[in-house]
Amino acid sequence: MTEGTTTYREAMREAIREAMRRDERVFLMGEDVGAYGGCFAVSLGLLEEFGPERVRDTPLSEAAFVGAGIGAALGGMRPIVEIMTVNFSLLALDQILNNAATLLHMSGGQLNVPLVIRMTTGAGRQLAAQHSHSLEGWYAHIPGLRILAPATVEDARGMLWPALQDPDPVLIFEHGSLYNMSGVARPGPVDITGAALRRSGTDISLIGYGGTMGKALSAADALAGEGIEADVIDLRVLRPLDDATIMESVGRTHRVVIVDEGWRSGSLSAEIGARIVEQAFYQLDAPVARVCTAEVPIPYARHLEEAAIPQVSAIVAATREVLAS
Amino acid sequence: MTGAGPSEFRMPSLGADMESGTVAEWLVQPGDSIRKGDIIAVIDTDKALIEVESFHTGVVDSLLVSAGERVPVGTPLALVTTAPAPARPSTRERPPAPAGKEHPRPAPGAPEPAPAPPSPPVTSPIVRHLAEQRGLDLASVHGTGPAGRVIRADVERAQARAKASPLARKLARELGVDLARITGTGRTGAIRADDVRAAAVRQGKPREAAVRASARPAAPAAAERPAQERRGEAMRQAIAQAMARSKREIPHYYLATTVDMSAALAWLRQRNRDLPVPQRLLPAALLLKATALAAKEVPRLNGFWIDDAFVPGDAVHLGVAISLKGGGLITPALHAAAGRELGDLMAGLKDLVARSRAGRLRATEMTEATITVTNLGDLGVELVHGIVHPPQVALVGFGKILDRPWAVDGLLGVRPLVTVTLAADHRATDGFTGARFLAVVERLLNHPEEL
Repeated sequence: MTEGTTTYREAMREAIREAMRRDERVFLMGEDVGAYGGCFAVSLGLLEEFGPERVRDTPLSEAAFVGAGIGAALGGMRPIVEIMTVNFSLLALDQILNNAATLLHMSGGQLNVPLVIRMTTGAGRQLAAQHSHSLEGWYAHIPGLRILAPATVEDARGMLWPALQDPDPVLIFEHGSLYNMSGVARPGPVDITGAALRRSGTDISLIGYGGTMGKALSAADALAGEGIEADVIDLRVLRPLDDATIMESVGRTHRVVIVDEGWRSGSLSAEIGARIVEQAFYQLDAPVARVCTAEVPIPYARHLEEAAIPQVSAIVAATREVLAS
Repeated sequence: MTGAGPSEFRMPSLGADMESGTVAEWLVQPGDSIRKGDIIAVIDTDKALIEVESFHTGVVDSLLVSAGERVPVGTPLALVTTAPAPARPSTRERPPAPAGKEHPRPAPGAPEPAPAPPSPPVTSPIVRHLAEQRGLDLASVHGTGPAGRVIRADVERAQARAKASPLARKLARELGVDLARITGTGRTGAIRADDVRAAAVRQGKPREAAVRASARPAAPAAAERPAQERRGEAMRQAIAQAMARSKREIPHYYLATTVDMSAALAWLRQRNRDLPVPQRLLPAALLLKATALAAKEVPRLNGFWIDDAFVPGDAVHLGVAISLKGGGLITPALHAAAGRELGDLMAGLKDLVARSRAGRLRATEMTEATITVTNLGDLGVELVHGIVHPPQVALVGFGKILDRPWAVDGLLGVRPLVTVTLAADHRATDGFTGARFLAVVERLLNHPEEL
């Protein structure tokens, strides 16, 4: 690691540390976030720094501790709830959907839920079918939530604080493959409303987020070697989607490949594809293409797992296909 | 084949304003025997699709210009090996009527024709032409006509399914490019935006062309836009060019006279009384016939001004101004009108109107008019100040037949009157000649039995 750079994991930790220093209402809770330092070591050292009142290990009950977080938020706190993986978050789906996302509506606008839930998502680490799925698209289906997917060290560092300032629940999905990624992270908040153009091109729009961003950029590099210049869009915010950035890009390139580690059917990529057809139909010069995860439980075996999830070669191939079709 | 060697079949001039034409369709193939007068090609003049007859009898040797190509007037289009008489009848004679007709196969021993698809579906020429233009295999088109025949709408529907990206479609609309004429470069033949752009470039920026059009002939305005729209625009340009030339070069003089139609209409009523409805005559037939006879009697107005000299017409071929539904105007010839019986003239007029509006006129009809008649009476116009259609030297205009007060033998009466006008080229004739012409028209209309 070179001077001035940090890892995604450390950036996230630094963001939590900063938030807890700036606002005493902020606290962290979740499974193994305290004594163990977090299942992915994000919160390593925070218990020592902030004490057990603000860095709280919870029982293995997602429904209970997410519900507790919602209660704390309703009570005026600014909780950061960590869920180990998105697969486990399903146990808390009732709390997230029926309470966190809905109370503002049910209370006639009286009750905001200023809760931040962080969780790991995605495959690629041989953690098998109960730890590796990408279900953020499901959460992006739910009105009342803001869904963030930091794909860069900078976003890992900068998204938490504005998320905590949001009066409504925000879910942050951290792709498990990113924690060791290093990069430069300026302190200070980043925008949590829009997508970002990570690379500018003229021939194709590659749309991805989180764990697929690096693959999309690698694919763009490979394609550049063939003379194909790709726009690479990092969605960053999965809900509400930044349609304007997507359509602007499609308006320039007229061709799209959406990269989504979720399953194809009913996925976020399906939603984006539909929006492009709705809003930029007459800009399309080729069918919208998608590179998604095979519709199987994520396999454990490395070669099977690699075969199941989007890879650079698949993105490159899909792009070639779109350009030829 | 013994013969006088190949003759060239050239792009005909199908109008004084025609500088070039597009071979829209070949109706013959190398090896086909043809007779003089056979229709062998359809030429797109921008004004209309014209069926062109061969001047030769013989065997088609080779086609020098392929369908879709635009070439200047006079360019050799095909070589015909002329023979004293063909050993067999034409295999490709096609009547102008669009009804389906079996393709006769070449007689045994005939020169090998180009390979044709097995048992071509029964279709009309226009359907075949459209299909060819759009690269459609007629065998793959579902026919909804009588007996499952493929009709024009089927081809258009099939064509509507042409694969093109949304962007390509939008661009095509914006650039005025006809998708039907583009070959897609997508893997499955899909037309993509670049294909449209390339087509637009080939046709030379149609938008700009339209703006510049007043200074230019219709030609560059494009081979690639929706046929109807393109033809409408091209026709406007062709008319603009011809009319501008007329006003630039022809010193017009204008004369008018008012003719009492009482006698003519009374005679017409009498005559129509004994005729079944379809054979009844309209006043227009009388006006046309009177014009034709007057032109025969005053031949200085019947012909062309070419190279600073008057060339009389070989007969009176009345150019009849016919407005087209899509806009524009066409003036095909009613041949040898002076010698035709009124009923025949009426039938000829109906046929001409129908075929003009269907875009199926003959080459000779497009070129041989010797004097033009325009009748705007149907639209309520009382007086027509015409512009001579070069290289003709006269245009006769008829207004509406109106009941008006009219003094006859010192008494005021109400009579059906029509104003007849003459616009004429002062280089070819003087007002005196024109006056004589109008006097003859009046005399004839007063003596309809002479018509």
